[in-house]
Amino acid sequence: MSSRNAILDSLRQNAPPPAALPAPISGIRYADRIKQFEETLIGAGGSLIRATAPQDLASALASIEVYASAAKIASLVPGIPSKDVDLNAIEDPHDLEGIDVAIIPGKFGVAENAAVWIPGETLTPHRVIFVIAQHLILIVPAGEIVDNLHQAYERIQWSPNSFGIFISGPSKTADIEQSLVIGAHGARSCTVILQ
Amino acid sequence: MIGHAEKSAAFVADEDRTHWHDQSLWFVRAKRDRQASGIPEWEALREAASGIKTHTLSRLADYLEEFERNATANGIQVHWARDAAEHNAIVHQILASHGVRHLVKSKSMLTEECHLNPYLEAHGIEVIDTDLGERIVQLRQEPPSHIVMPAIHLKREEIGELFHIELGTEKGASDPKYLTEAARGHLRSKFMGAQAGLTGVNFAVAETGGIVVCTNEGNADMGASLPRLHIACMGIEKLIPRAADLGVFLRLLARSGTGQPITGYTSHFNGPVRGGEMHVVILDNGRSRILGQEAFRRSLGCIRCGACMNTCPVYRRSGGYSYGYTVPGPIGSILAPQRDPQKYASLPFASSLCGSCTDVCPVKIDLHHQLLAFRKVLVDLKAVPLQKRLSMAVAGLVLSHPSLYRMAGGLMRAILPRLPRVLVYGAWNPWGIQREIPRMPRQSFRDVIHKEPS
Repeated sequence: MSSRNAILDSLRQNAPPPAALPAPISGIRYADRIKQFEETLIGAGGSLIRATAPQDLASALASIEVYASAAKIASLVPGIPSKDVDLNAIEDPHDLEGIDVAIIPGKFGVAENAAVWIPGETLTPHRVIFVIAQHLILIVPAGEIVDNLHQAYERIQWSPNSFGIFISGPSKTADIEQSLVIGAHGARSCTVILQ
Repeated sequence: MIGHAEKSAAFVADEDRTHWHDQSLWFVRAKRDRQASGIPEWEALREAASGIKTHTLSRLADYLEEFERNATANGIQVHWARDAAEHNAIVHQILASHGVRHLVKSKSMLTEECHLNPYLEAHGIEVIDTDLGERIVQLRQEPPSHIVMPAIHLKREEIGELFHIELGTEKGASDPKYLTEAARGHLRSKFMGAQAGLTGVNFAVAETGGIVVCTNEGNADMGASLPRLHIACMGIEKLIPRAADLGVFLRLLARSGTGQPITGYTSHFNGPVRGGEMHVVILDNGRSRILGQEAFRRSLGCIRCGACMNTCPVYRRSGGYSYGYTVPGPIGSILAPQRDPQKYASLPFASSLCGSCTDVCPVKIDLHHQLLAFRKVLVDLKAVPLQKRLSMAVAGLVLSHPSLYRMAGGLMRAILPRLPRVLVYGAWNPWGIQREIPRMPRQSFRDVIHKEPS
């Protein structure tokens, strides 16, 4: 017998009595979702800029020090130019090493945990861009902040052979004596611009 | 057989260090409490998580088949392994067929359970653990001492010295920021040179045929999205039915484990990277047998958050290595003797049965009840030392006969104070190694009550 069938047979022989799925949970709501999102993001080591008028975006970007001083910028946001990087000309994702800042559009944010949902189709041609870049700027529509993760999963559309990620703040570790250090493997900073 | 008490002897001999370890973990437990109390529906969430796991386990075979179907449709190659040897052989075969010489790994307790690293290294493949804590213990040639914080037992000075020798950092430097930066540079070069990445699996979703991996560092994403080949290894119990169920489990996981609202990166892999390959290896290794045991099957609901370790007064004061098993603490003390009751017989006794583990478990596993139930199993198997079995049999006899209990109490009060110390604290009394027996009162509580005017 194949291992597959042996395992499935063993599971069926040992199966506990049937049990129904529990009812869905309705999660926490916040009076001010953006405020909650911002506070949680700061707690996760990130920062938030509000740029709700169209002309605010350029000044918001300019105010981010790592953006202003970056030599190489990869932008996945239409209308914001890349700098010294042509993503579509890069065949091998290893060549993305050395990019200072990646600017990525987020579909929506989650107030309770400051997570930003990024569908894989946004991350073309190389999905590793969000973690290989030294700094991260996420641009999220201000009207697209949900309260909790239950609402978040209701919004996500799953397509076959896809990728998607929640990012909440920069890369971090506390593996040395529980001391929080920002910038473990991925982004050393994470700025969310609400547009 | 070397038991938990003997293994922890060296750790507890250093009182300062024991206290420091205890406080480090209590700090994490306190963070967990702050997060849990910020969610009004916390208890309903735990109830839902428990219910989803119970449901899933009741028809796990069906969900595994659904997962396999949908994963295959996503372009993922699914493999099945009955035991650790088969698991390791499958992983090696995939790597060998791609000519992989350098592999980067993110945290996976399952591959620790299977001893995958030494197996691959014996076949000439370099394996680099990329979680910072795991890299630290790998460089020290030690296993993790905690499932979420692998190097929680080490002080910054020890890590500084290790990095000085292994990574060439400055002698005497122990600043966590400096050491982490050095590790970042070292591991970045390993990521750039790896031909494959291996990750664990936090959740596998039957409905989507995809897996979810949670990290704070981003190391799983570097490993799974930079090379062309991604292998994910999971136990059969990692399955959940629907993507919506992730909402329940992800709200609980990081809050319970590290006291964060969510991990930094929560990655949903529903297929291979562009132009690459993705493999999922599904392992049984005794889990289906646990499913058949009514008293212990709920242990399969564990989502490996580590909360039961952080809160356990025994774990905090004895350290992860005293358990001698990949998963330590209360949950490990149930899982380990399932695998080998003789070898791990002391673990269900390494608990005060205070119930704190059960209180914090995000999926409501009845941990301390299972620990108690397992003691009975081990006594029936005669896996417990004769001395303990005899003393428990005597205690059982005395406690179930009131007249015998009164007589024994009277004898103790009369005789014990007259016996020489060397006799009372002899080898027969391991309880007295670090404790003083209380002074015997002249009268029993019963005598006092009966003399009081009513």
